[in-house]
Amino acid sequence: MKLTRRHLLAALPALGAAGLGAGFVRMLHGLNQGHFDPRAINTPLTGQPVPDFPTLSPLPDAPALPGLARENFQSLKQPVLLFIWASWCLPCVEEIPFIRQLATSLVNRTAPLALWGLCYKDQPASAARWLEQAGNPFTRLGMDQEGQAAIDWGVTGVPEAFLIMPAPQTGGRIVWHRTGGLTDALYQAHIRPHLEGTP
Amino acid sequence: MTTLATLFCPEGGHFALALACALAFMQGVLPLIGLRRADSPLTALARPLALSQCLALLFAWTCLIVASLGDDFSLKLIAETSAISKPWVYKIAGLWGNHEGSLLLWVTLLALWCAGLALLPGQNATRPERLPCRLRARLLALLGLVGAGFQLFCLTTSNPFLRLWPVPADGMGMNPLLQDPGLAVHPPLLYGGYVGFAVPFAFAISALLDGKTEALWARYMRPWVISAWALLTLGITLGSWWSYSVLGWGGYWFWDPVENAALIPWLTGTALLHSVLVVEKRNLLQGWCLLLAIATFAFSLSGTFLVRSGILNSVHAFANDPARGLFILGLLGLYGGGSLLLFAIRAPALPVPQTGFSPLSREGALLLNNILLCTLCAVVLTGTLYPPFMQLLFGRTLSVGKPFFDATTIPLTLPLLAVMGVSMALPWRQARADRLLPRLAPALLITAGAILPAFWLFPTPLAASTALLALWVISAALCDLALRLQALPKGDRQLHRLPRSLWAASLAHIGVGVTILGLCGMAGSQERLIEARPGTHATLAGRDWALTALTAHHGPNYEAVEAHLTIRQRDTHGPVLAELTPQIRLFPQQGQRTLHVAILHRPLEDLYAALGSVKEEHDPQGQGHYTAILRLHENPLASWIWLGGIIMALGGVLHLLPARRRLIHSAGKARA
Repeated sequence: MKLTRRHLLAALPALGAAGLGAGFVRMLHGLNQGHFDPRAINTPLTGQPVPDFPTLSPLPDAPALPGLARENFQSLKQPVLLFIWASWCLPCVEEIPFIRQLATSLVNRTAPLALWGLCYKDQPASAARWLEQAGNPFTRLGMDQEGQAAIDWGVTGVPEAFLIMPAPQTGGRIVWHRTGGLTDALYQAHIRPHLEGTP
Repeated sequence: MTTLATLFCPEGGHFALALACALAFMQGVLPLIGLRRADSPLTALARPLALSQCLALLFAWTCLIVASLGDDFSLKLIAETSAISKPWVYKIAGLWGNHEGSLLLWVTLLALWCAGLALLPGQNATRPERLPCRLRARLLALLGLVGAGFQLFCLTTSNPFLRLWPVPADGMGMNPLLQDPGLAVHPPLLYGGYVGFAVPFAFAISALLDGKTEALWARYMRPWVISAWALLTLGITLGSWWSYSVLGWGGYWFWDPVENAALIPWLTGTALLHSVLVVEKRNLLQGWCLLLAIATFAFSLSGTFLVRSGILNSVHAFANDPARGLFILGLLGLYGGGSLLLFAIRAPALPVPQTGFSPLSREGALLLNNILLCTLCAVVLTGTLYPPFMQLLFGRTLSVGKPFFDATTIPLTLPLLAVMGVSMALPWRQARADRLLPRLAPALLITAGAILPAFWLFPTPLAASTALLALWVISAALCDLALRLQALPKGDRQLHRLPRSLWAASLAHIGVGVTILGLCGMAGSQERLIEARPGTHATLAGRDWALTALTAHHGPNYEAVEAHLTIRQRDTHGPVLAELTPQIRLFPQQGQRTLHVAILHRPLEDLYAALGSVKEEHDPQGQGHYTAILRLHENPLASWIWLGGIIMALGGVLHLLPARRRLIHSAGKARA
């Protein structure tokens, strides 16, 4: 059989479909592994220093839980995972068992990761009640009742999470950001690699 | 009721689905063996198998409907999507508003198309134009294989008959946004169209397996293409209508992946519709037509299923499950990839016609139409797949939206409209320019006369020129009808004497023109966001919009706040044009708030009001005042968008109606 231009033309659709198919298989694989997420959005902040944001007050009746300010990021000793959450947000309820589990596992580790929270447009009373029921995993918590800090951080909704690495000159550098709830698969794929090598 | 419930119990439905899957597999395999061995009893099994498969699936549906109407929350599907307080219409229609149910709908519609094919009378000595029985058995077998794969998918990963334990006392209820009559019929129509393209697909595979096309295959295939196309057109129209009238933000098309997933097969299906004509009349473009038939069905499949795999980021949130995605991709690879591979192997050997091809002819115009439609399709496909592929290959996240699609699709649509106007006046084989111009002159004159008014009426030069081209399409179709009427012999000069296919094509083209005019009109829509207390007046589009009252309203499964708006012509003393009552509805069961938009449709504009929110404020005296946030729109020519869609589909339906024999008879006499 002699190969002609007709053969080449007739094979093009199949080749195109095979290319698309291979791409889809990779995407599905990535979805299962947690390193491909079509819902991810680009925050301008990834790779950049922590933004300037107004100092956030702590919860009124929780003396052990300090608030959150720009200065807290300047003297970082370890990486920080900052959670944006609210008591009125259903996906936050779904992700809290994982965060609790993460908080417990971090207590005994030599290279710990600090879990900080930013409570977005929430009533202090309901936020406190929520933390009491779920068990508080955070070591710092800022109340962003007006949502101004959330805008500075480029937050589009709750829940969201930021991973911040210590950077003495700039005062903390955002290395990873996620829109939506956090799972163990995502943690293993994105956060663990950043933690290797830190003291 | 109890005996009914026992007969149609969910396990019965589950069993019927499994039985249907087995029957579909037999329908796929036995006739093919029969055809190969020239064993006619085995071949003849295709029809009864197709009919019994369809009956089994209808039985499964009956079981599901009985369970839903009887509020059987021991079924997972019903517990998750229904509730005691849900109106009974939506207890039925809600069944296909989720992944499992819509998949069952998909396979059932395929079985119905098979049953239609099986019930259609076959070819005999007196009616050679009908489908040959051997070809029909082949088609049924191929469709059976497609159905078997998806029923297996339904049974193994998305079974609608799964039970739930412990049984909840009440269901979780359905997304209130979906509780709309338009959306109750939208999935069956849309899926009917998607699935309907399986029949032309089977025609194409059958031809490729033979390595040659039957003499009349394009003619056999055409009605199936047209009926699937008409259903898809109606389905898309209804979906767009729903997003306009229910979502409450005043838009009709989001360029969302799911919408594009319906638009892509519609574009290739429209191209197929036109290339079939070229194959039928001139025996040209055979390979191209086969490819389009395969591509349309492959796009239908990928559109319906990619969205459910979670790959495409869409507002249409079916429960995404990557585990299902792999099964789907396997099926897509098997049917889509397999048939494209078959095409790659067999298509080069198809006979090449030796007839000449003139660019200035009906087939030339249809070829141009195909090129433009397929380029449009490629553009929409690129815009839809660009974000996930960019992320996969370069790790960049981005979104492609209206600006991209506007900038790319409009420049392609304009020449398409220009060609549409000319094509109807062109004869097959070879047109003569000196005869063409007089035929087009009346339509050209009408369009030229409308230039000044169009630029005055439409907001932008682009909208005005697009509207002019739409007018050109409509007037060309009407003038063509008039000229052909004049060409009839004097005694017979009546509208119904014209061939039905001509009427169908003209109607479809007029429908396109009407839709495009609607889109151009919407480009000039005006909107205002106002914060108003009862008694407030606002001016929009030269009308006075007054908020007269805010009242509470109780619905069957929701609580609502209703705003009463009075719209007056000109100013506060003008005659009352309309009373609109938009609502905010709170569905306590889902804890969901929806907007119930109020729309007044007028021939040339829609007056549209949405109530965004209501807040209570207290003045220093402690008295409460309610303030409403209202969004008011004036949408010129809005309803023309969907009217055009209905006219297009009507054109398709008209084509399918059986030709009157008397007519053929008299035409024969006239020729003699």
